[in-house]
Amino acid sequence: MSNIAIKVENLSKAYQLGQIGTGTISRDLERWYARIRGKEDPFLRIGETNDRSSKGTSNVVWSLKDINFEIEQGDAVGIIGRNGAGKSTLLKILSKVTAPTTGKISGKGRIASLLEVGTGFHPELSGRENIFLNGAILGMRKKEIARKLEEIVDFAGIERYLDTPVKRYSSGMYVRLAFAVAAHLESEILIVDEVLAVGDAEFQKKCLGKMGEVSKGEGRTVLFVSHNMGSIKQLCSKGLVLGNGELAFNGDIFTAVNHYVNNQQLKRAELKFSGPLNKYIDIIGLRINRKEETHLDFPPTEDIVIEVIYKVKEDLNDLIIFISLFNDGYRLFTKRDESSLKPELDKIYSATFNINKFTLRPASYTLALGAWGNNETLWSWSPDTLSFKIEEMWSENFNKSDEGIFNLDIRTCRSLI
Amino acid sequence: MSNQDQSWTIESKSSLFDLKFNEVWAYRDLLLLLVRRDFVSFYKQTMLGPLWFFIQPLFTTIIFTFIFGNLAGISTDGLPKPLFYMAGITAWNYFADCLTKTSTVFKDNANIFGKVYFPRLIMPLSIVVSNLVRFGVQMILFLLMMAYYHFVIGASFNITWAITLFPVIVILMALLGLGAGMIISAMTTKYRDLAFLVTFGVQLLMYATTVIYPLSTAIEKYPDYAWVIEYNPMTPIIETFRYGFLGEGSFSWQGLTYVTLVTFVLLIFGIVIFNKVERNFVDTV
Repeated sequence: MSNIAIKVENLSKAYQLGQIGTGTISRDLERWYARIRGKEDPFLRIGETNDRSSKGTSNVVWSLKDINFEIEQGDAVGIIGRNGAGKSTLLKILSKVTAPTTGKISGKGRIASLLEVGTGFHPELSGRENIFLNGAILGMRKKEIARKLEEIVDFAGIERYLDTPVKRYSSGMYVRLAFAVAAHLESEILIVDEVLAVGDAEFQKKCLGKMGEVSKGEGRTVLFVSHNMGSIKQLCSKGLVLGNGELAFNGDIFTAVNHYVNNQQLKRAELKFSGPLNKYIDIIGLRINRKEETHLDFPPTEDIVIEVIYKVKEDLNDLIIFISLFNDGYRLFTKRDESSLKPELDKIYSATFNINKFTLRPASYTLALGAWGNNETLWSWSPDTLSFKIEEMWSENFNKSDEGIFNLDIRTCRSLI
Repeated sequence: MSNQDQSWTIESKSSLFDLKFNEVWAYRDLLLLLVRRDFVSFYKQTMLGPLWFFIQPLFTTIIFTFIFGNLAGISTDGLPKPLFYMAGITAWNYFADCLTKTSTVFKDNANIFGKVYFPRLIMPLSIVVSNLVRFGVQMILFLLMMAYYHFVIGASFNITWAITLFPVIVILMALLGLGAGMIISAMTTKYRDLAFLVTFGVQLLMYATTVIYPLSTAIEKYPDYAWVIEYNPMTPIIETFRYGFLGEGSFSWQGLTYVTLVTFVLLIFGIVIFNKVERNFVDTV
């Protein structure tokens, strides 16, 4: 007996770009005419790969092209790729929301897909009514839901609000309830798109825990899409990397993540400064941990080394380079470089800022860069040069129980008086 | 679980006649829950609650009695005017609601349809059943009116044997609205124009149906054009309805057979085209 849960063969999906509606009757007729003559669809033939940054000549694009893979029963598979790589399209096809253009998928067992939390929730109905409705939309029978009601309510932690219309729920409660319903669906295959991005850290942890339990404990197949390499590595054992609609890698999760990270053709940070000091210095480069891209992810276990490289173009008496770190629009801190090195004409310098590991907690940060010259009479400033992310990581030896943005070195003491 | 070894395939093309009725059956609980949702959410946070189901036909009847009955003086075949209009309105409303709601089903549910799979046919079916509940409530109003006119006013009308055809005409109305609505809904996913057509087309169609006048008057006054009304499949339904409950109306077996044929052709065509569009509509809606 084969152990294949999902088998995907030559799967492709084409999308039409631009306006749909006006002028498509003539196109539709043309396509239909081609089809009855047994010819290839004239609009699909000229389709090209899905690279959103380059302007193509055709307005049909292949979101997925010739994908082949197999997933064994009980595997937890992470699907990785940049935005627009085809991850969501793949999940949509697997969940039967949309049909493929060509190709075939065969599989075994009931599929529960969670492309979005709370699909079909009606704001006027109570939590209880919505549990039943949402469960039924996901394919559960009424009896099945009734049997699991207590468990669902318990997981969501909304017992008190069970008979309140969900429009009065906080967004957190809403998401918790929605995930709880989906997580308790009895299916052999669970498909989860990046729905965990919502909800607080504690709940995300709970969801990942539940998903881990589903795949490891109950032997169900899990397909998981996320941009969070930390949680993917933790949850999944295998990985599929998609790039421009094609399958770039299929194998174990660690190799997959490395493959993805190394092949990210990210944009280099574009440095634009305002202020009078710009005539005097030229900031040539900005790197974090020797990388120059605009969006980067780092684990909390790494030091963050920010390096600013600049050239002095005009005579200056003194120069101070500083960085500011922002989170959600709030300035967290500003740090000036401390140096006795006097700026000399036409020389290239680097200013390095080292933030110790474990200082920044998982979140997104934006880096601003500035400089003062000639006793702070000249300035230069760029408010968002690049942003980076500290990945979420859960493990036994990394304490996640604290919340917030910084881990500060605060000594605590308890004594009996 | 019983479907542990259930195998499935997803392919780019599916057979036109694979209507997935077994899937629809498996999701029957969803159908009932959706009907419940429609019903409950209709009157949540209103003061009059389900009474709103009564108010609309009641006021329409009053207005029609004044304008068409008294002002325009259109014949009602000797029946009390409010009863005559209410019979027409109650039946017409059911068909019109089924048609208009079904015709926007893809557009209205694009959110849900884009995120989770369930047999799409459930949605239009739930609309028809929800409206059936509403129709049932409005039928009670109509029956109360009948009782009032019979016992209090002593108006003359008589229930005929054709009342036994009531379930048949309700089913015919439902399926007719469903079939036509599904065809329109399938086409509106790409061409939104039809959605505009439906809203006012249904209004116009009402005037081509014997809601505010009896068929006999139409034939008498416009003998050359009355065929438009006669070929309108809703006409025999409303005529049968009136004949059954009030004893007046042009009932004919040919008319009923004609409606049945039209209904089933539209329905089958509707389901086929609906199932075809359903597979890819998310990309174009």
